[in-house]
Amino acid sequence: MTGTAVASLAPQSGHLKRRAILNRVVLAACYAAAAVVVLPLALILWHLIVMGASGLSLSFFLNMPKPVGELGGGMANAIVGTLILVGLGALVAVPIGVAAGIYLAESGRNQFASVVRYTAELLSGVPSIVVGVATYGLLVIPMGGFSALAGGVALSILMLPTIIRSTEEVVRLVPQSYREAALALGAPRWKVTQQVVVPAARAGIVTASMLAVARAAGETAPLLFTALGNRFWSVALTKPIASLPVFIFDYARAPYDDWNRQAWTGALVLVLLVTLISALLRLTVRRVATR
Amino acid sequence: MRAARISGDAIYRSVLGGAAAMVFLVVALIAYESVRGAGLSLRAFGLGFLTSTDWDPVAQKFGALPYVYGTLVSSAIALVLALPLGIGSAVYLAELAPRRVGSIVSFVIELLAAIPSIVYGVWGFFVLAPFLRTWIEPWLIAHLGFLPLFRGFPFGIGMLNAGIILSVMVVPTIVSISREVLLSTPRSLREAALALGATRSEAIGVALDAAKPGILGAVILALGRALGETMAVTMVIGNTNRISPSLLDPGASMASIIANEFTEATSPLYISALIEIALVLFAITIVVNGAARALVHWTTGGRRPAAAGV
Repeated sequence: MTGTAVASLAPQSGHLKRRAILNRVVLAACYAAAAVVVLPLALILWHLIVMGASGLSLSFFLNMPKPVGELGGGMANAIVGTLILVGLGALVAVPIGVAAGIYLAESGRNQFASVVRYTAELLSGVPSIVVGVATYGLLVIPMGGFSALAGGVALSILMLPTIIRSTEEVVRLVPQSYREAALALGAPRWKVTQQVVVPAARAGIVTASMLAVARAAGETAPLLFTALGNRFWSVALTKPIASLPVFIFDYARAPYDDWNRQAWTGALVLVLLVTLISALLRLTVRRVATR
Repeated sequence: MRAARISGDAIYRSVLGGAAAMVFLVVALIAYESVRGAGLSLRAFGLGFLTSTDWDPVAQKFGALPYVYGTLVSSAIALVLALPLGIGSAVYLAELAPRRVGSIVSFVIELLAAIPSIVYGVWGFFVLAPFLRTWIEPWLIAHLGFLPLFRGFPFGIGMLNAGIILSVMVVPTIVSISREVLLSTPRSLREAALALGATRSEAIGVALDAAKPGILGAVILALGRALGETMAVTMVIGNTNRISPSLLDPGASMASIIANEFTEATSPLYISALIEIALVLFAITIVVNGAARALVHWTTGGRRPAAAGV
């Protein structure tokens, strides 16, 4: 360790001593910074469990929300609503995103591809609230009202850049020799991509897309003016639909202790949902990959 | 035979290329819709929209200055807090940590980026706000109250809370990209510095110097996230339409005013003013992110870091 080597010379000169001390201080500060960064995660998880776990019960998942003043009730409609919204979003974003990602990976040095890549990166930086406002103008107004469909489209816009980018990365990882071997056997380019490259990258593509999808499950802002929210049971795609994040938002701000408790439970369920989807997918993907 | 082969390729390419072109379409539609929706307000208030502090739906007067101010101040607090912590952690992960520990800590930090922003909001509202109210803010008022920054009443919610929550949310971006950039600087830089008798931290300083543009890119990217973050800020910023020099006072941000008032906006001009705020936010984040991406791309030589939440 260089720090100690310098420190052992320290008595010889004040300058060296100062540098040795500074070295210690800087390195210690880096350790401390890492600890401080990890601390909030630990605290958030701790509070989620402490505040949210007590409300976890079967009825939370199976019951509908109760009217103000009545204790209890659950978020069955919000959980189903979130699954529908995320499913809709994935239905739109996954095919487009995966196709675009494959295009970017296989098109080589190409002006159009690099512009698309840059646009996708810009899109990933667009605030989700702006996506919500734009979707409101593009879908909610023409359709004549808030709807699950509009919410699903808003979520799909948020999923798109992540899916494109990770698909491109995964497809690029397929060894060049696969493509060369297939081309040498006389296969046309599209068959090489479709029947050799994509199957080799399939496991990675699935994980990457599902991670993007899971991430979108926690989005709130784009749903506020698209899917809106709904206190009642509704699975109609053309009607407003409840979602877990919007429920948490409403319940956390409400002046009722019971609702606040349910907001914590909802937050715990949301975090579990997001991480559970990813974890399950990683497992199934591993099984497919090893087959 | 040969002709069929070429056309198969052409079809396949155009289907995939069409999907890729959808990205343009989406960005273009968002831009078009924001400009169109903001038209009414753009015509009514012009540039004065950004310098006026009036926000009076009854009188149909709208000015966005308090929200622009809130967005900038909360993001600035976030960067001031996240910058040293993020770079320190990145140095730890890239230079100091044993490989195993480094990968575990990296994983935990990526997890931070996967937590939905509403969950940060709930935590900031129920946990951080009371903590600030009872411990931190009274202390700040007592000891630093001579500064206008820390004058006022310990509300718990307000600019400071929003800034702290934002810093927690953007720190993973800074850490993972800075780490990647640091790892991509040549080892020989550190070795040369050490050989000249530099201490370890001085050698790391040399590497940091080489990584500076990339780290700057990471910070700007984090700024882009902070500027547009909605739900967590909406829950903890206090949502009052005023400009106060004190960080302890409640305020509002561009994103939070949209989240709070969009569905309640009754008149076309009111809605249009909110859409104009979204348009301004859109423009700012496009510029900020464009600059950041270019910087990161330039320093990592096109090797795109697998950044959390980016």
